[in-house]
Amino acid sequence: MNMIRWQKPVLPEWPSWNRLNDLRTEIDRLFEAPFAELSRSSQWLSGWIPSLDLYEDKDQLTVQVELPGMKKDDISISLHDGSLSISGERRSDEKFEEADVYRAERYVGRFHRTIQLPSPVAADRVKAQYKDGILTITLPKTDEAKPKQINVQEG
Amino acid sequence: MITENHAPSRSQAVNYSVPNVNIFENKDGYVIQAEMPGVSKDGLEVTLEGNEITIIGRRNPQSKTEAEALLRETRRADYKRVFELDPAIDTSKISARIEQGLLTVTLPKSERVKPRRIEVSD
Repeated sequence: MNMIRWQKPVLPEWPSWNRLNDLRTEIDRLFEAPFAELSRSSQWLSGWIPSLDLYEDKDQLTVQVELPGMKKDDISISLHDGSLSISGERRSDEKFEEADVYRAERYVGRFHRTIQLPSPVAADRVKAQYKDGILTITLPKTDEAKPKQINVQEG
Repeated sequence: MITENHAPSRSQAVNYSVPNVNIFENKDGYVIQAEMPGVSKDGLEVTLEGNEITIIGRRNPQSKTEAEALLRETRRADYKRVFELDPAIDTSKISARIEQGLLTVTLPKSERVKPRRIEVSD
């Protein structure tokens, strides 16, 4: 599960008292620092990071991403230079806009994940399926990338 | 108000993962949405005991492969979460469905607690 953890920002050292002008800048910075930290580390502002699995066997690579409650058309997948990108957007439920909210643990907004594939794949044979909230992408390896048996000849 | 009930899950030896939920309330009732990727209708178990609702989602069995995991971020555990229900809920009218790993439980309030407009007579 993706939990949002509050991370304590690294605070700068307290400035010496004779540098009042600097102190003022420092205070401004202190006020800004927690927010900067928040935008960097928090999924609330940077989108969510869905869990991803990558499997390899001799013929293909398989990628599985957990994306519960999305629409197929809101997910996009692209393959470029040996890296696979999966992105999309989950919108908030309009029908609950007026309702009182007791818990809001589900992420809304954009996500984007990119992984470098460990071997070359045949781009024209890549398949993707979205079922039970899990996106499964199968990427067949190119013939060159498959392990080959070399026969030893007697001479 | 729907509140979470932790007590029963602590006594359980089985390790479950806790699904992320959203809970909404409007004048007609409550809606619980729970994220359970990898669970289909057959793996779903929603039980009601008194005022306590338990939702359990069992993941579809993984097909046996010889593939090697190069990266694994997902948890394989089944999902479970328990909530204490508002007495205003008409427990006979609770319904549930799962779509793309998102469970939606609809819990209507009983008619007697819904806001009603009283006609003023002359």
